[in-house]
Amino acid sequence: MDWLTTVDHKKIGILYLLAGFIFFLVGGLEAILIRIQLMKPMNDFVAADTFNELITMHGTTMIFLAAMPMLFALMNAVIPLQIGARDVAFPFLNALGFWTFFFGGLLLNISWFAGQVPDAGWTSYVPLAGPTYNGTHGVDYYVIGLQIAGIGTLLGGINFMATIINMRAPGMSFMRMPMFTWAIFITSVLIVFAFPVLTVGLVALMFDRLFQANFFEVGGGGNTVLWEHVFWVFGHPEVYILILPAFGVISEVVATFSRKRLFGYSSMVFALVLIAFLGFMVWAHHMFTTGLGPVANALFSIGTMLIAVPTGVKIFNWLFTLWGGSIRFTTANLFAIGFIPTFVLGGVTGVMLASAPADYQYHDSYFVVAHFHYVIVGGLILGIFAGLHYWWPKMFGRMLNEGLGKLTFWTFFIGFHLTFFVQHFLGLLGMPRRVWTYLPNQGFDTLNLISSIGAFLMGIGTIVFVLNVIITWAKPRNAAADAWEDGRSLEWTIPSPPPEYNFKQTPLVRGIDAWWKEKTEGNTAMTPAEPLGPIHMPSPSILPFIMSVGLFIAGFGFMYAHHWLAAGGILVTFVCMFFRSVYDDHGFHIDPEEEVQA
Amino acid sequence: MSAHQHAEGQLPHEPERATLEGRNKVLGFWIFLGAEVVLFGTLFSAFVALRHQVLDGPHASELFELPMVFAATMILLTSSLMSVFAVQAMHRNKVKALIGWLFVTIILGLSFLGLEIYEFNNYVAEGHRMNTSAFSSSFYTLVGFHGAHVAFGVLWISLLIAQMFKKGLTVVTAPKIYLSMIYWHFIDVVWVFIFTVVYLMGKVG
Repeated sequence: MDWLTTVDHKKIGILYLLAGFIFFLVGGLEAILIRIQLMKPMNDFVAADTFNELITMHGTTMIFLAAMPMLFALMNAVIPLQIGARDVAFPFLNALGFWTFFFGGLLLNISWFAGQVPDAGWTSYVPLAGPTYNGTHGVDYYVIGLQIAGIGTLLGGINFMATIINMRAPGMSFMRMPMFTWAIFITSVLIVFAFPVLTVGLVALMFDRLFQANFFEVGGGGNTVLWEHVFWVFGHPEVYILILPAFGVISEVVATFSRKRLFGYSSMVFALVLIAFLGFMVWAHHMFTTGLGPVANALFSIGTMLIAVPTGVKIFNWLFTLWGGSIRFTTANLFAIGFIPTFVLGGVTGVMLASAPADYQYHDSYFVVAHFHYVIVGGLILGIFAGLHYWWPKMFGRMLNEGLGKLTFWTFFIGFHLTFFVQHFLGLLGMPRRVWTYLPNQGFDTLNLISSIGAFLMGIGTIVFVLNVIITWAKPRNAAADAWEDGRSLEWTIPSPPPEYNFKQTPLVRGIDAWWKEKTEGNTAMTPAEPLGPIHMPSPSILPFIMSVGLFIAGFGFMYAHHWLAAGGILVTFVCMFFRSVYDDHGFHIDPEEEVQA
Repeated sequence: MSAHQHAEGQLPHEPERATLEGRNKVLGFWIFLGAEVVLFGTLFSAFVALRHQVLDGPHASELFELPMVFAATMILLTSSLMSVFAVQAMHRNKVKALIGWLFVTIILGLSFLGLEIYEFNNYVAEGHRMNTSAFSSSFYTLVGFHGAHVAFGVLWISLLIAQMFKKGLTVVTAPKIYLSMIYWHFIDVVWVFIFTVVYLMGKVG
């Protein structure tokens, strides 16, 4: 019950981690099934339509229900601690964001039990996803599930922007913020400006499907390329929503375990901003073969290649941070160092794809599959693993087992490259993506087998991580406040796990790497910026949970055209909003002196 | 935090920004409006892309009646002015005047909604339905989204009036009033774009 009503950012972070990781396992299972099907030519392990459902749900689940929530887990667990705040700006909305994500994801995955699963690909291209070609409720689950989950993401973006702008500790100017906080700040900006576009796209598709609207129905005057534009105006920034937090994690981990200040701090900040800006300008590179014409293709081609410049700045700065440092090869740092060459490989194939004429060859082949898995798995997932191993003691008060951690790294890392490196060649040899099976003796057989073996190895790596977590759980909570002893930012100045109010007294920040600066000057604690006094905390609430259940019910109502059910669900949500608005939440106070004695 | 601002029974100068919660709310709401701009921007783009796809249905120039739309525009713009008076009354700590201006604001909002419902009814009678053409789908979605925003605003401000009677003006209620007024201006601004892009451009072809 405590977990259903919590508004504490640290607990919400744990909820995000748990739910996101479960969806990660679901998406991973789907991936394994896909790889079993493709292990040998002319395989019939799963039926062709099941295969379509698997690839759709694998992509959708991994992006929206696994990767983003695990990033939200890290932001929730770390950001308020890094900026010296007691909570986020809107604790209630934070809880609401989690529950809408959770119930949206649940709705999407219930489709497996309803027997009508989304099968139009994760991009849900029309007319394939439209009512003419997709008469079952499969795509309805996609449209409504993502819509509900998207509310949570948008709330998170607004919340973290406001938190980072308004709630930094005294002395922490923008150019003194830790790199992870910067990355999350820019990510939040991207979320705020990209997600509403997806919302409109999903609404339009929903209206087409439920109310016979004609946005994308060519027979009714609609335009299918409009969906591509809308989807990718959201979809391309989404890539950066995923990868920028990973950049932030890598910056923290590399600096900590090199025992050096991050090289080129201000250029790192500038690179983040530039990547975010360019990220919005280049969506049409997903549409070179749509036929926008040579001028559009040339402009979007050049714009896309430009992103390699700020990304290169970041890569070199990480290398210069490592250069000459006294490096510790902890598990977190292994993941971070493994990230660097892997991400570079993904970036290089990105520049190849950005060349419009070459893209006519690569388009919809396994080369593209290899490219985005190098970026998303080799970038984002390695980054998340680095972050989890790094901040685990802070989140849970227990150190993960280093031996098992290194086993996770090596199996996952080798498995990953085995799976996806060969897919570049499969693509260049002409294997199209999204195909259910292939004929023997076309040069695809061996490479597909290798790829599948790699996928199993990644699965084993993930299982080792789960084992590590379970084993760690049985151990006492004995992690030190500064668990790695080389901590640089504010989260390492408070106990692991932190008390409910995080900071007994808000700290005074005197430079970049606030805690490191104090340590080098021989101080054992931060200078407080305020006198010791009662701490104001928001009270827990069940309303976010009930509001999300209301939307969940309404989703089913819309889908199966039970309008009274839809209205009832919406009403539940509105009544909760009414109560939230009318009954003021004054929160409660914690007296830190009493807390210490108790 | 000087003493005279917090004298007994008196509100600080700008009550909506007096607490950290209040400042967070104002900032967070501006960010939310940024997201809303993108939302409406996308709806506008879809409308502009599809507005000539009328098939057998009526074209915009046959459909729209500018005098009525002009009346609706004037009503909404005036309601925005009323909400400015409301915030001014709040800053002068005149609760009764504040409630009065809020009341006028929602009456005008309701009149606008009434006109819009009447207008939509007329269109449907002329064979301009959601499923008639891509033009009609994108028209009802864009203008309807705006209408839903107005309806939500009316509900919100009504609730706030009830709260004013119950709790009066405090550092907790002041940010809510302030936000609802920014919101009201925002839907007004969006309407100005709808008036131009949908109705005026529709009339001239």
